Amino acid sequence: MKALEKQRNILDFTLSSLGRRKGKNIALVMVYTFVIFLLASVLFFTHSLKKEAALILQDAPAMTVQRLVAGRQDMIPMHYIDSIRQIKGVQSVVPRLWGYYYDALSGANYTLMVNADLNDRAGEIIIGNGVSWRSAPGKRNNQGLQKNDIIPFKTYDGTVLGLKVKGLLPFASELVTADLILVSETDFRKIFAIANDQATDLVLQVRNAKELPTIAAKITQIHPDTRPILRQEILRTYDAVFDWRGGVILMVLAGVFFAFIILAWDKATGLSAEEKREIGILKAIGWETSDILLMKFWEGAAVSLMAFFMGIFLAYLHVFLASSILFAPVLKGWSVLYPHFRLTPYINAYQIATLFFLTVIPYTVATIVPSWRSATIDPDSVMRM
Amino acid sequence: MIHLQDIRKVFNAGKPNEFVAIEGVNLAIDSHGAIALKGPSGSGKTTLLSILGCMARPTSGRITLQEREITSLPERFLTEIRRETFGFIFQQFNLIKGITVLENVMLPAYPNAENHASLKKRAMDLLDLLNIGGKALAKVEWLSGGEAQRTAIARALINNPTIIIADEPTAHLDTHLSAEFMEIMRQLKQEGKTILLASHDPIVYESKVIDRIVEMRDGKVVSAGGGP
Repeated sequence: MKALEKQRNILDFTLSSLGRRKGKNIALVMVYTFVIFLLASVLFFTHSLKKEAALILQDAPAMTVQRLVAGRQDMIPMHYIDSIRQIKGVQSVVPRLWGYYYDALSGANYTLMVNADLNDRAGEIIIGNGVSWRSAPGKRNNQGLQKNDIIPFKTYDGTVLGLKVKGLLPFASELVTADLILVSETDFRKIFAIANDQATDLVLQVRNAKELPTIAAKITQIHPDTRPILRQEILRTYDAVFDWRGGVILMVLAGVFFAFIILAWDKATGLSAEEKREIGILKAIGWETSDILLMKFWEGAAVSLMAFFMGIFLAYLHVFLASSILFAPVLKGWSVLYPHFRLTPYINAYQIATLFFLTVIPYTVATIVPSWRSATIDPDSVMRM
Repeated sequence: MIHLQDIRKVFNAGKPNEFVAIEGVNLAIDSHGAIALKGPSGSGKTTLLSILGCMARPTSGRITLQEREITSLPERFLTEIRRETFGFIFQQFNLIKGITVLENVMLPAYPNAENHASLKKRAMDLLDLLNIGGKALAKVEWLSGGEAQRTAIARALINNPTIIIADEPTAHLDTHLSAEFMEIMRQLKQEGKTILLASHDPIVYESKVIDRIVEMRDGKVVSAGGGP
């Protein structure tokens, strides 16, 4: 209880001390908060994106088989299905039809994909949100495409095929479906001129995930022109892409970070003559060196904790409520279609702790060290001031 | 109460600018009295006062405080003695700017871990006693010379010390305020406190409050005599 009273008394003095150098301390807290805000925004954003992608991909097939001709992806013959299905452990093999389509009207690339639900509804499509906005530049009231609107597609021979929008894909999956258009098999083959005995790739379900590498090896043995891709590999690629983008942002921010280090170092290491005088007075009136260090510790901790929590809070608002307006163009999307979506907040405690140990702790230590040097001077120096 | 035995204090020892501030001082100070250290500038009054108040260690010699040898005590214990036994009033008052009169007075008691509310009450009582209770929440830089002096006295008294040490307390005060200061010292002496003053101001050493004058010159005690 006594120790608590002492801490309270010293903390009390520290807080009124901070109030005395208001301008200097407010400037420092602002710069500090800004740095934490930038770092935390990047961390929150990349982490949430990865989590989001992983959640969406969890329903993706365990394995996809493509055909490569001279190193380039080509259509896969349907008869491969039978031989692959024979492999022990394979539960199902389903052919997929999909491809990229450049729309000259909107200047964007769309991903067209055949959906079995539309197979008996030729002439209808379901579109992602990005497509909805991009394909409707002339629409009144600034609305995107709605149900029953028609999108014209230019087929392989130059004729135009108008397809009617029958629905929009759910907003929640926008990260990977922004540029997606679901079409019927008939329409897809019409647009891309793909023969009936060919598919874009095959997707496999297997009974035991541990057998995936063995099954993949067997497929390449039977069909040397194929390339099996595992879900894990796609996830790894996403992780790498988002990490790389996060890294690019952090590199850009490195300058800000170093500027802050210099500022903090200067503030923390250089005690002003006034501060030295105060330390002398405190020692003379009976404060121990440890009491002065405790005071300086509280001072550093108060500044850095305040900045840390404010920075984290602002970063949270920025990423999860304001859709990361500051650096979304670099971190999201890679085409003309930027997904518009609000991330579900995922916060990684490990990342917060790392940020804490890289900012709050060094700053607090940097505040204590110069005070320690001053606090060890003889108290009688104050008699000669 | 305090015994100094063959005290010598050298600054910058072994360096070209070596300076002997005090040489061979022997002095015995009894409790419940007022003693003035008198002498010109550079005679060693402040250095001797620092040594008496456990603020500085002598280069050689022995100091005993209430029969306890304190010369070789570690810094931590010296700080504790300084906090509990002595109350200091400095020449420039050395108040901490930017905080209130009340906070300045409470400062020396913070390391004692006293309950904040009761400490605040004691500080307020002291300020009332010294007639500056009304200025408790004012910042110290707004104070007049007399008010700053009373704040410094209240700060020196907060830990209820047995010995008050004041170095040239009237150096920045006019005659009226100097007389007022000596009156406060008289009251404190009456309460049983020991007063140690260093001054070359006649208002101090010719005051009736002073029981004994120790005269110094060139770092030596030239007269450790009795009253004025």
